[in-house]
Amino acid sequence: MREYFSNIWSGLFTVLVGMKITFKHLFEPSVTIQYPDEKPKLPERARNRLYVNMDDCIGCDQCSRACPVSCIEIETVKALPTDDLGKTSQGKKKALWVTKFNIDFAKCCYCQLCVFPCPTECIYMTETYEFSEYQRDSLNYSFVTLTPSEIEEKKDNFAKFEAEKAAQKAAAAAPKPAQKTDE
Amino acid sequence: MIIYEYLSELFGSPVLASVIQSLFPLIFLIPFALFAVWLERKVSAFMQDRIGPNRVGKHGWLQTVADILKLIQKEDITAANADKPLFNIAPVLVFAGSYLAFAAIPFSSAYIGSSIDLGLLFIVAASGFVVAGILMGGWASNNKYSLLGAVRSAAQVVSYEIPTVLVILSVVMLTGSLSLYELSEMQTSSIHNWILFGGNAPLLQKILLIPFMFIGFIILYISSLAEVNRTPFDIPEAESELVAGFHTEYSGMKFAMFFLAEYANMFAVSAIVSAIFLGGYQSPFGYLGNTLGLTWLVPIEQFLWFSAKGLFFVFVQMWLRWTLPRLRVDQLMALCWKYLIPIAFVNLLIIGLIVLIKI
Repeated sequence: MREYFSNIWSGLFTVLVGMKITFKHLFEPSVTIQYPDEKPKLPERARNRLYVNMDDCIGCDQCSRACPVSCIEIETVKALPTDDLGKTSQGKKKALWVTKFNIDFAKCCYCQLCVFPCPTECIYMTETYEFSEYQRDSLNYSFVTLTPSEIEEKKDNFAKFEAEKAAQKAAAAAPKPAQKTDE
Repeated sequence: MIIYEYLSELFGSPVLASVIQSLFPLIFLIPFALFAVWLERKVSAFMQDRIGPNRVGKHGWLQTVADILKLIQKEDITAANADKPLFNIAPVLVFAGSYLAFAAIPFSSAYIGSSIDLGLLFIVAASGFVVAGILMGGWASNNKYSLLGAVRSAAQVVSYEIPTVLVILSVVMLTGSLSLYELSEMQTSSIHNWILFGGNAPLLQKILLIPFMFIGFIILYISSLAEVNRTPFDIPEAESELVAGFHTEYSGMKFAMFFLAEYANMFAVSAIVSAIFLGGYQSPFGYLGNTLGLTWLVPIEQFLWFSAKGLFFVFVQMWLRWTLPRLRVDQLMALCWKYLIPIAFVNLLIIGLIVLIKI
């Protein structure tokens, strides 16, 4: 009998306690962040989309080799001795034309492992995280600053230079045996 | 009352006047349902520290209108193996059942659908209609969840009608009237005349009655909550166990009918509770119209008081919904048969004794 009445009492009392709590929450400001209108502040060192500052890139290929999913593709062409590629912001001399620098963000796992080996700190994480696309191919970003014609030109130049060099070598090498026979 | 007389004079025919006057609660109910759905969402959002609908109109007040427009456009699907005639009648029946109750509810001293002497009995009987509709809808859907929900609803509503009726009986013993109009007229002029505070009984009897009236009020509120299938008694439509219970298979306007019926029921129940215990349409302080000498203002004020009381109890229903978890079926039955009914019975006896003594 005592239990019966204490049940009734605790039932009513706990309902009132619950109602008090929900009533308090009725006037509390909401915790909602209305996403497209307001954006949450990203934490420090948040890992999002990569960016490559091509002015500083020396084409060393270290990021590509560090990538665990091989999403970075780099191709380079040696510069001619006469070419002036300028210097990086840290004063390093550039010796390669970067003819291809593609990062496929469909593959990228945002591990940031490519960022650390970069000697010129030209590849880094940005704050952009809204870059969804309808086509998977559109996620393959190209960072190269040279135009296709320029790339062709650099390649041709280098091929010509190589050919000239080979010809010189051949020219230099050909007379040698003759000289020997002469002596 | 006044409106009915005016209408029958205007049209010269009591039948036409009755037909037109029977549409008045609908004019009140549809905006109310739109507002209540919006309120429910807002209250639930604020209680959970969210924002709630806020895109359509200022503070999202047009959201429910947009929802209704969406529901009207939706395809009306009838499940292939459903019992089609019953399936189609059920939502109409459920709404008709909850609308029937409004016939006996006085909105103000100028308007009551029908001032029959057995108003309370009529309302209790009409609520049986809703059970029939729910059972029909759930059974005709030919869906396990729907049938389970319908059967649960029937068991629940039938059980909880007993404490409701017992409390109503105790009030009837005190007042000697079953008409809600008379009950409201009895609780006139000021707050201490409310039946919650003993009604028009002599002072000593009043003081004795107050605690038992409070018990009766709480029992009536709990069981009325169960009768309209609101949380914590929403096992017939428990969305986490039964999808949506008896209206799982309904879509489009038929679903909207169920929804409208649910909100109409919420208001009906709140109105009945306030009419029985809290003075119905009577103001707790007196009327501005009487002090200013504008008699036409009084019925309007009464209507405002009536809707304010009804809305307050609707708000409390929502408040409870977002406070309490759902009861299990056995807990539901235990609450009714082990707690509410015995207490209501003892309460009835005590109130009967107090009324009998006539101190």
